Amino acid sequence: MSVSKPLPHDAAHLHVTGAARYVDDTPVPAGTLHLAFGLSNVAAGRITSMDLDPVRAAPGVIDVLVAEDLPFANDVSPSAHDEPLLSDGTVHYVGQPMFLVVAKSHLEARFAARQAVVDIAAETPIFSVEDAMKADAWFEDVPRIYSRGDPASEIAGATHRLSGRIEIGGQEHFYLEGQAALALPGEDGDMHIISSTQHPTEIQHKVAEAIGVPMHAVRVETRRMGGGFGGKESQGNALAVACAVAARNTGRACKMRYDRDDDMIVTGKRHDFRIEYDVGFDDAGRILGLDVRHFTRCGWAMDLSLPVADRAMLHADNAYHLPHVRIESHRLRTNTQSATAFRGFGGPQGMLGMERIVDHVAGHLGLDPLAVRVANFYASGGHISGTMKVQTTPYGQAVDDFIGDAVVARLRETSQYDARRAAIAEWNAGQPVLKKGIALTPVKFGISFTLTHLNQAGALVHVYADGSIHLNHGGTEMGQGLFQKVAQVAASRFGVPLTAIKITATDTAKVPNTSATAASSGSDLNGMAVKAACDMIRDRMAAHLAELHQCAPEAVVFYAGRVRAGSGDYSFAEVAAMTYEARISLSATGFYKTPDIQWDRIKGEGRPFFYFAYGAAVTEVVIDTLTGENRILRTDILHDAGASLNPALDIGQVEGGYVQGAGWLTTEELVWDDAGRLRTHAPSTYKIPACADRPDIFNVALWDGENRADTIYKSKAVGEPPLMLGISAFLALSDAAAACGPHYPDLQAPATPEAVLRAVHAARGDV
Amino acid sequence: MHTKSGSRTPRSLCLANNPDRPLACCLIRPGLPLRRIEAAIPKGFWYRGRSDHMRTQFLLNGRQVTADTTPTTTLLDWLRDTRGLTGTKEGCNEGDCGACSVMVTDTSGARALNACILFMPQLDGKAVRTVEGIAAPDGTLHPVQQAMIEHHGSQCGFCTPGFITTMATAHLNGATDHDIQLAGNLCRCTGYAPIIRAAKEAAGAPVPAHMHDTPVPFAENTSGEPKAGAAPPTTPGELAKWLDGHANGTLVAGATDVGLWVTKEFRDLGPVAFLNRIPELAGVTVTPDVIHMGAATTLTELQTAIAPHHPAFADLIHRYGSVQVRNAATIGGNVANGSPIGDGSPALIALDATLHLRSVHGTRTLPVAEFFIAYGKQDRAPNEFIEAITIPRQDDALRCYKISKRFDQDISALCGCFWIDVKDGTVTEARLAFGGMAGTPVRAQHAEAVLQGRHWSEAQIRMAMTALADDFTPLSDMRASAAYRMEAAQNMLWRAWIEDSGAATNVRAVMP
Repeated sequence: MSVSKPLPHDAAHLHVTGAARYVDDTPVPAGTLHLAFGLSNVAAGRITSMDLDPVRAAPGVIDVLVAEDLPFANDVSPSAHDEPLLSDGTVHYVGQPMFLVVAKSHLEARFAARQAVVDIAAETPIFSVEDAMKADAWFEDVPRIYSRGDPASEIAGATHRLSGRIEIGGQEHFYLEGQAALALPGEDGDMHIISSTQHPTEIQHKVAEAIGVPMHAVRVETRRMGGGFGGKESQGNALAVACAVAARNTGRACKMRYDRDDDMIVTGKRHDFRIEYDVGFDDAGRILGLDVRHFTRCGWAMDLSLPVADRAMLHADNAYHLPHVRIESHRLRTNTQSATAFRGFGGPQGMLGMERIVDHVAGHLGLDPLAVRVANFYASGGHISGTMKVQTTPYGQAVDDFIGDAVVARLRETSQYDARRAAIAEWNAGQPVLKKGIALTPVKFGISFTLTHLNQAGALVHVYADGSIHLNHGGTEMGQGLFQKVAQVAASRFGVPLTAIKITATDTAKVPNTSATAASSGSDLNGMAVKAACDMIRDRMAAHLAELHQCAPEAVVFYAGRVRAGSGDYSFAEVAAMTYEARISLSATGFYKTPDIQWDRIKGEGRPFFYFAYGAAVTEVVIDTLTGENRILRTDILHDAGASLNPALDIGQVEGGYVQGAGWLTTEELVWDDAGRLRTHAPSTYKIPACADRPDIFNVALWDGENRADTIYKSKAVGEPPLMLGISAFLALSDAAAACGPHYPDLQAPATPEAVLRAVHAARGDV
Repeated sequence: MHTKSGSRTPRSLCLANNPDRPLACCLIRPGLPLRRIEAAIPKGFWYRGRSDHMRTQFLLNGRQVTADTTPTTTLLDWLRDTRGLTGTKEGCNEGDCGACSVMVTDTSGARALNACILFMPQLDGKAVRTVEGIAAPDGTLHPVQQAMIEHHGSQCGFCTPGFITTMATAHLNGATDHDIQLAGNLCRCTGYAPIIRAAKEAAGAPVPAHMHDTPVPFAENTSGEPKAGAAPPTTPGELAKWLDGHANGTLVAGATDVGLWVTKEFRDLGPVAFLNRIPELAGVTVTPDVIHMGAATTLTELQTAIAPHHPAFADLIHRYGSVQVRNAATIGGNVANGSPIGDGSPALIALDATLHLRSVHGTRTLPVAEFFIAYGKQDRAPNEFIEAITIPRQDDALRCYKISKRFDQDISALCGCFWIDVKDGTVTEARLAFGGMAGTPVRAQHAEAVLQGRHWSEAQIRMAMTALADDFTPLSDMRASAAYRMEAAQNMLWRAWIEDSGAATNVRAVMP
């Protein structure tokens, strides 16, 4: 069986030779045109005049389009139809596209886009949480509230009470391949789009609306992305739609890719959050009552902000049972980029809020934060000892698969957490300038789209008469190894080597109505759909052979590239030819929908998740108390991928997710100035982790259990959960700062050197 | 202003509240109820007057090629658009991500460079190897390619070609300090661990024969008329003459800053002179009296040459850009750029370095500290260029401290370089130079005065820290707040004191 083998990424040999093609590498027809947007440099206002003659006069310019020139819909929103491709006369953030340049080359388009003379009557912009709250600028008319028990009385009656607040910065995706799309006009109004997107069906839908054709006239293809991380779930719409409109107008192929600065200025990022809390607890740190308020800046358009903010609420418990809790969420409209999906989709912010509360409680009681964590865990296996009563989340889902305690216990032992914690205290006592810190944090992450209908997938499998297999499904490849995992499933179903399987580009003409490759769902959904398609063909083959050899179809065995039926033993290719000659279809579609989920997002009640994925990380850091400079020394991780489909790819997700999560909470800082201009809009100013920022010692292992839920080969989703392991790095920095004095360090995210130095002062009680 | 390039540093000179790199559209005129947006870029453009094509001759993946391009066509654009070699990727178009890394070999050896900010004429007479030329001609994978597959070193694969070329270059050069060699290649997927495992695995394998490139002769620059804007001076004298005749011209050495004027700002460079044919401008010479650095000495060359004399300067250079940037950027460009946050200048000021300026009228010298008049203004006539920088030979007393959000390849929030000479417990010489604390790199005169001639003591250091508040009024920007800058600067002085007492102060030196 090819499942569970640590095989390399299917395109690794193409990656290392430079032969893997991305959108901008696709050979294009002669005369292909290139596009660029002209961007607003005002955060809020009304366009009073726009002189585009200098743009038209610039070298190489073929056409310049404004909103009025668009033939049909002027909308690229994935949700609320509130995101015009080109400004409708109002501007809502610095970086909003106002007009579209079509030129002979990429450089000419970019140059021309800067030549416009635009008058904008500026209005008062909304930037901060305070601005937005004052202006009642919500995306839903009320804050969402999920509540259980009676938190107010429990907090009031508790032995200990604390209040606090943490600011959590956003995060730029920094996919290495910027947004890109190519439109190839066909006959009779057809449009073929090649897009770097996690969501080809959405692109198809928005392009169809924009050029006034049914979805059947638009075909979207995505072979691979150079990174996505959620940033290509909705943010690629604008480029594909612009290309399609320009291709329709000119009859020529049109390509658009953002320069890195434009990409960072135009597109959305991870939501930043302010989280406020009031918590009541006992002497052991058991949380008796909790009141949490989330304030998130969603930017100018709704985009995916509602489900993101929902997911933050759904992870406000992380791994802890909170019988009395109230979670309030404010989704605020601001004149900034429209915050969007980013690996974890709100989960990381909600989870960090809870981990911060636990850390604060421990700090207040003078306890090891790990002791407070253990005291608050959901009951093992979900069952309260000696009873069959299952604990539930704040939104009423039974936590019946809890292994967070066991994962943490194992990691505590293998990482020698307790001994190292003691050694660090001793080391710190002898150091006047440097301080070390350590933190062990758990992850419990819910798997499924919270918009229940998205939890479906399709596949299309062909077996050719020579025994070779063509594999297609609705998932997209952004580096996570989805294609390889699903190919391993297909090879296993047919009992053939992986070389028999041809992995093909995601294509809306092959599998329709797909969901975004998001919510970690790629292999869960598409793996199952492919399994269904393969089994259908396999069953037809088996039935044919069974008839031929007078045996039961169940007795036909597919193994090692061969098929055995009664006395017959054939190569898979021979069987394919025989089945073909018997006039039996060798092509099948597969379909899958996740069972057992239902969810009311307004009430905050139901079972939004099919299951939970677990993990835990210990991080050790050192800080310089003079400057706040810091470094990760060692990280140990134990992560639950169920029965892994491919341990090598899964460990890759864990290592990469951890470093990305640690980057979010340390070096990666988004800074806007008073005019609403993003000042960190290139890698020169926005610092993702570099090579030496990974932990010096980095031990990663997978939990050796299998998924209790009936998933593909009992595996678990692994795309998003590991990102939140990076929270351990943040709280280790907090722990190091706490070594400087008796007070709680109140570290804010990201923990830049400046933020760490502030925490050192807070610990000392300096004001 | 025209400056000799080669400098990294501030595209965003926000310390003086200048606007950052203009956005794709426009400038705001503040204070008007109607905000008028107009082109931020002078209408003169890169390709107006850019009919002055230059001919560049080099080896591309083992085959000699001649390219006929404008002087500011980048190697990346040429590879992708003209040659169809799309393995080399554009990740940032500013030399910060390494996705466009290529291997360039000249007579001094092979080095990794960023193709996105490398102008074609800089390659003349050299050999270029892209990711397409790393596997052997028969298709056999290079050891780093094989190891990257086996160790799962690629996920999305977009950064991978850059990693492969950088790794193959390091492999050729026998470099095994992988964290340093790969600091200029960003990966967003893997967390780097498998890439380092691959690099370690490949380190022992022999270098494939095809990786040894032989540079070719310079091109005869005879595409049509040799245009004034494309002059290739070959001596400092010729350069002085050229500059005298082209006051609006631009000198290009490493192009790690000037490259961005073109790729990000579409600035018209006017006539361009490339400095890669002037051997006298390159290299470091150590005499009994001085360390002499030609202005076009790369940071990589300087790092090696300065290490035995002033190891703190060498360590600081290690944090200057990345391998790819240091292989291109020059010390002359770093100073000429005039940036308040360039890292070379505070070190040179602390070292009491002398600048040697040259024009058709001869040469003149001045202390580096006096070169910086004000933000954006240096003591250099339009027809002058920096020919060399010299440092007096002296027993080492230099300490350099740099603070940035990320350790590698980040621009300083602030940088302090201190020359504190203590004899018999008394400070005989104190030069405290800072970057990031004012509109120019500058000495902290009040703090120096507190230390000069006094006992090297805790009390005196405390007083110097206080005095620093009289020296500087730093600004807040995206790198740090004013308050943090001041506190960290003061604490740098404390660090200098306490590390003499033996206390550990370097987070990089701590073991888990």
